[in-house]
Amino acid sequence: MKIKGAEILLRALSDEGVDTIFGYPGGVVLDIFDEIYKSKFKHILVRHEQGAAHAADGYARASGKVGVCLVTSGPGATNTVTGIATAYMDSIPIVVFTGQVATPLLGSDAFQEADITGITRPCTKHNFIVRKVEDLARTVKEALYIARSGRPGPVLVDIPKDVSQAMTEYHESGPPKAPAHDPIYVPDVTALNEALRMIKQAKKPVVMVGGGVILGKASQELREFIEKVQIPVTHTLMGIGAFPGTDPLSLGMPGMHGTYYANMALTQCDLLINIGARFDDRVTGKLDEFAKNAKIIHIDIDAASINKNVIVDLPIVSDCKSALQQLNKMLLQNHFTIPEKDRKAWTQQIDEWKEYAPLSYCAGEKIKPQCVIETIYKLTKGDAIIATEVGQNQMWAAQFYKFNHPNTFLSSGGLGTMGYGFPAAIGAQIAFPDKTVVDIAGDGSIQMNIQELATAVVYNIPVKICILNNGFLGMVRQWQEIFYERRYSHTNISQIPDFVKLAEAYGAVGLRATKPEEMEAILEKGLNTPGPVIMDIHVEPEEGVYPMVRPGSPISDMDLGR
Amino acid sequence: MEVKRHTIKLVVNNKPDVLARIAGVFSARGFNIESISANVTMDPNVTKIRIVTMGDTSTVTKIQNQLKKLVDVLSVSHVRESKQGQREMILMQVKLTDKNRNDVMKAIDELQCKIVTRKSDYCILEATGSEEELEILVQRFDSLGIEDLSRSGVVAL
Amino acid sequence: MAEEEHIISMLVNNKPGVLSRVSGVFGRLGYNIKSLCVAETTNPEISRITLTSIANSHFTEKVAKQLNKLVDVIDVTELKPATSVEREMTLIGIRIDKEKRAEIMRAIDMFGCNVRYMSDNYCILECVGETEKTETIINYLKPLGIEEIARTGIIALPQKN
Repeated sequence: MKIKGAEILLRALSDEGVDTIFGYPGGVVLDIFDEIYKSKFKHILVRHEQGAAHAADGYARASGKVGVCLVTSGPGATNTVTGIATAYMDSIPIVVFTGQVATPLLGSDAFQEADITGITRPCTKHNFIVRKVEDLARTVKEALYIARSGRPGPVLVDIPKDVSQAMTEYHESGPPKAPAHDPIYVPDVTALNEALRMIKQAKKPVVMVGGGVILGKASQELREFIEKVQIPVTHTLMGIGAFPGTDPLSLGMPGMHGTYYANMALTQCDLLINIGARFDDRVTGKLDEFAKNAKIIHIDIDAASINKNVIVDLPIVSDCKSALQQLNKMLLQNHFTIPEKDRKAWTQQIDEWKEYAPLSYCAGEKIKPQCVIETIYKLTKGDAIIATEVGQNQMWAAQFYKFNHPNTFLSSGGLGTMGYGFPAAIGAQIAFPDKTVVDIAGDGSIQMNIQELATAVVYNIPVKICILNNGFLGMVRQWQEIFYERRYSHTNISQIPDFVKLAEAYGAVGLRATKPEEMEAILEKGLNTPGPVIMDIHVEPEEGVYPMVRPGSPISDMDLGR
Repeated sequence: MEVKRHTIKLVVNNKPDVLARIAGVFSARGFNIESISANVTMDPNVTKIRIVTMGDTSTVTKIQNQLKKLVDVLSVSHVRESKQGQREMILMQVKLTDKNRNDVMKAIDELQCKIVTRKSDYCILEATGSEEELEILVQRFDSLGIEDLSRSGVVAL
Repeated sequence: MAEEEHIISMLVNNKPGVLSRVSGVFGRLGYNIKSLCVAETTNPEISRITLTSIANSHFTEKVAKQLNKLVDVIDVTELKPATSVEREMTLIGIRIDKEKRAEIMRAIDMFGCNVRYMSDNYCILECVGETEKTETIINYLKPLGIEEIARTGIIALPQKN
């Protein structure tokens, strides 16, 4: 039986296990929305297409499944670009379906036409334009496969209106074909043996884990590995939750706002094992000084990430799970024991660093933002999904909330997208309706996608927004304070609007705390109130994020802020 | 590290935007393209592309790794061909005047070019050779008056 | 509408990113590039791009207008077969079976190919010609044992009167 392209799209998605779409309708996707109306699909109507892309991203990060969104052509499509680029930089599997003007009009500057495949070519893993309805089902299947396989990433599928209207037979497609594109999952055994030899010889080893461990669902394997080799672990921003933050071997985050002890350990180690991190400049600081006395092992599924910024001694192209499984097996077979006396001095050294400069802040007359994060950690027993915006709020959340589980920290690491956190939190809450989901925001970032409060209220998505309200674009202000002699050019945003009234205007609950003594009670009340809540916490306006490494400096050169 | 000329050979799906994707990798990552040639193969679904780039070996590895990630790229290889194997073709339009006619004819003879078209005031020549040979050829005819030229970029087996 | 081969010859600034912009135009309009040559001209700051595409007659106008809008594109010309010289070069590697040797030698002679390399059981031929000739040669030699082919794209020059 012949059916419409629009119906084929939904059937193909359904066959791939997709049941949730974040989207926004428009002229050229009317046929698709008409099919959604008749189907059992869960469609979340956002208020801005950027929100749809971020929500699909948050859904993907929290659930480990592919996030899907659907928007119209032209401005609908271009509005998703920031969301796509965000997912691209952090390797998040999402598929964005965009409507397009009918094929005879392509290239004619038709109403609401945008060359979205051209626009997104550099920020998608791959993109498609479907010119024939016969290609639609297979393209959907390939798009999802490409998004989730190997190093994941966003894929865009552009569907002209006449394609979604055309009729054809639907056949479930066979396995996706991307012949040369099947990623290498299996590590080279010789290289792993070499890695074990290096681990045995090391006196001062450090493991650095990144988002690859979470994307590769290798957190359990990592824990087993560390249990056996007893090497201290630092995690990048994207690797938060891959290894328990409360474990004595955890060094926290390295880099620009990393811990003193993580940065010192990276600088002085003699062996660095990088598992699924990409040596971002925010992590390495000055490249010449980075782990300069260390042998470096780099496990990454993307061969292009290896030797890109840092030249390594032992590259291992593999996904993190296979590599760690294999390493664990080999450790067991070889009856690996920790060369304890060899490592003693290193363990002591790290303990000394931890004692010398733990993450800390001074209490004051105003509420300290770090204390807000610690209180949220305490009240949620470390068991919430935390989304963040970008800036100081993001760094404090990364520093002061101890994450023990993967897929519970959602943050735009690579692109640094303000306005990411709230829609991402909505996506995560859709994936896990019963979990506590908190968006840690700044008063700047939250205004970039505040319109999604309507989405949260309409669907009763109980995301808790905690605004660390300092009246500034705080991170930029901090740089102006340090590098521009406190000339606060256009970073004072004057604590406008009134977020309590704003929450109420949308039909959500708004709460406010301005004094340290009321902060915990307000947070407790907010977290326990059903439905979406904004907690507007007025914090010390000129608090800074420390430690801090100046851009271009070696990471051992830290300003501890004291 | 030593900056040298490298040839990268690609087999790709013959689709409208595949070249844009490949060129995009070069421009986004700041890799340079010296010359590029592409043509269909015996299989109409795939195209072979040869790219000549300047760089050190680590850059060339980076380029290959990035190209391999493109979904429409079926294979990437770094060609370590001997220089002798490399051939290139050129078409040249050379001005003919009473003054230079003899010199042009002499050069054609010496450099074994083929005359494709000959008019009273110009001729179009065709020649094949290694890159260096064509370089010499261009220099020689340039002094006599090249009006237009088109080169193919190198190919090799 | 009938589809035919079009040859576009362009002069562009020899800068990173130019090819990306040029090929983006073809991608956007949905035209396959069949063959492509990019090489420097006598002026190292300017490259010539020659490309061919099989498309309907709107192709040139549409593409040329878009290409002309690119800042780094200096000139765009369509070269018509009747008024231009077009050539491509092909290297053909052939496995020589004893019983086919004579036939291969005859073909080499007939088509006027240059022999670039020859051993007992393998030879490399160089053929220069228009696409049609190249394809005739390839089709003729295919059953005789072609192992590998490398083709330059098409290059062309206009013939003035």
